[in-house]
Amino acid sequence: MPEFDASMLLSGRYHDMLLAGLWLSIQLLAISLVLALPLATCIALLRLSPFRLLRGVGFAYVETIRNIPLLAHMLFWYFGAPELLPEAAKQWLYAGNTEASCAVIALTLYTAAYMAEDIRSGIRAISFVQMEAARALGLSFLAAMRLVILPQAMRVITPPLISQTLNLWKNTSIATVIGVAELMYQAGQVESASFRSFESFAFATSAYLSLSLLITALAAWFQHRYPPRAL
Amino acid sequence: MSGFLEIIDTYWLYFLVGQYPNGPLGGLALTLLLASCALVMAMPLGIALAFARISPWRAVRWPVSLLVFVVRGTPLLMVVFWAYFFLPSVTGVKTNQFWTMLIALVIFDAAYLAEIIRAGIQGLPKGQMESARSLGFGYFRAMRLVVLPQAIRHMLPSLINQFISTIKETSLGYIIGLAEVSFITSQINTQVMVYPAQIYLVLGLTYLLLCFGLSRFAYWLERRRGKQQAALVARKEAT
Repeated sequence: MPEFDASMLLSGRYHDMLLAGLWLSIQLLAISLVLALPLATCIALLRLSPFRLLRGVGFAYVETIRNIPLLAHMLFWYFGAPELLPEAAKQWLYAGNTEASCAVIALTLYTAAYMAEDIRSGIRAISFVQMEAARALGLSFLAAMRLVILPQAMRVITPPLISQTLNLWKNTSIATVIGVAELMYQAGQVESASFRSFESFAFATSAYLSLSLLITALAAWFQHRYPPRAL
Repeated sequence: MSGFLEIIDTYWLYFLVGQYPNGPLGGLALTLLLASCALVMAMPLGIALAFARISPWRAVRWPVSLLVFVVRGTPLLMVVFWAYFFLPSVTGVKTNQFWTMLIALVIFDAAYLAEIIRAGIQGLPKGQMESARSLGFGYFRAMRLVVLPQAIRHMLPSLINQFISTIKETSLGYIIGLAEVSFITSQINTQVMVYPAQIYLVLGLTYLLLCFGLSRFAYWLERRRGKQQAALVARKEAT
C-alpha cells in the first residue's frame, strides 16, 4: 500500500476541489435546513389540526416521503419532475444550477417529513390543558399554538431536531448521484484523477465526521443548558 | 397515464428480477435479498456490539463505543466507498458490487442495531438478570436464555423499522452500479427516453407500497404488545 500523502490535502488543485465540495455540502445543509423547518412546522400543525381532512393530508405527506428512499427522491426530482413543468419554468430551472436546486428540493421535502414527526410529538408532550386554558382565554387555535404551546414545546423539540440536522448533513452526500459537486462527488473526482483513494476519502470522512461531532456536541450542550421543564 | 401502462407492460419482469434467468439477479428481488441478508448478518454482530457497549470493562466498552460513534457519524455512502475502494487494496481480493454493498450494510446496520439492542436490554427490569444469576446461570447463559429472548420481543417493532431503513439504504447500490431496483429503473429510463417522471414514480410507488406495508405491520405489532401488556397488568391487579 502506498504512503499516506498529506501534502495533496494541504495545498494545490486537489485541496481546492475538496474544499469547494465541503463548502457546497455545507451550503446544501444550511439552505435545506432553513427551508425544511417552516415546512415541517406546517406539516406538524396539519397533523394536529382539528379537521380530519387536514390531518389526512399531513399523514399522507409524512408516510409518502418517509417510505421512499432519498435516492429515489433525488432521481425523481432531477430526471422526472422537470419534464412535467411548463416550458418557461423548465428554461428558468435549466438556466441556474439545476443539480443543486433539485438536490435542495429533495433534501428539504425529505427532511421536513422527519422533522414534522419530531415537532408533532414535541407538541403532544405539552399537556393538553395548556391548549384548553389558552382557548378558554379566547385565543384561536393558531394563536394558542404560536403563543402558548410552541414556545414550551421548543425545549422538548430542539434535541431531536438537532439529530435530524445530523441526518440531513449525512444525507447531503446522496446528492452526488445527480452530479451535484458536493464533498462526496469531489472526493470521487479527486480519487479518479489522482488515484489516491485513501487520501481523498480520508479527507471526506474526517470532514463528515467532524461536522457530525460538532452537531452532536451542540445537542448535548443544549440538553445540558436547557433541560426540559416538568409541566 | 398511457406512459405508465406501457412501461409496466414492457418492463415489469426486468423491473422485478433484472436479467435473472439469462443473467445475474437484479431489480426488486435483489433489493429484498440484499436487505434481508444484511439484516440477518448484522443481527449477531449488533448483539455482540451491544454486549460490548454495556460491558463492565472499559477496555471493551470504549473502542466499541468509538466504532459505533464513527459509523453513525459518517454517511452510509462513505462506508460504501471505503468498502468498494479499500477492501480490495487491503485484502487483495476484488469484491463485486453485491458483496461490497452487503459488507457496508452489515457494518452500518450493526452499529444502529447495537443501539436498539442495548436499549432493549437496558429497558428490561434488572431483576430478570439478577434472578437468572441467582439460579446459578453464568452471565452469558442468563443473557442468552433469559434477557435476550425478552428484549428481542420488545424490540420487534424497532427491528422491522430497521428492516425498512435497510431496504431504503440498498438504493445506494445505484452509486456503485449494483443492479438493484433503482439502478434497473435508471436503465429502463435510458432505454425509454420519454416518460422519465412516470418511470421514477413507479419506482417511488414500489418502495412506498413495500415500506408502508411493513411500517403498518410494525405499528400493528406494537399496538398488540401494548394490549397484551395492559391485559397482564389488569390480571395482576385482579388477583
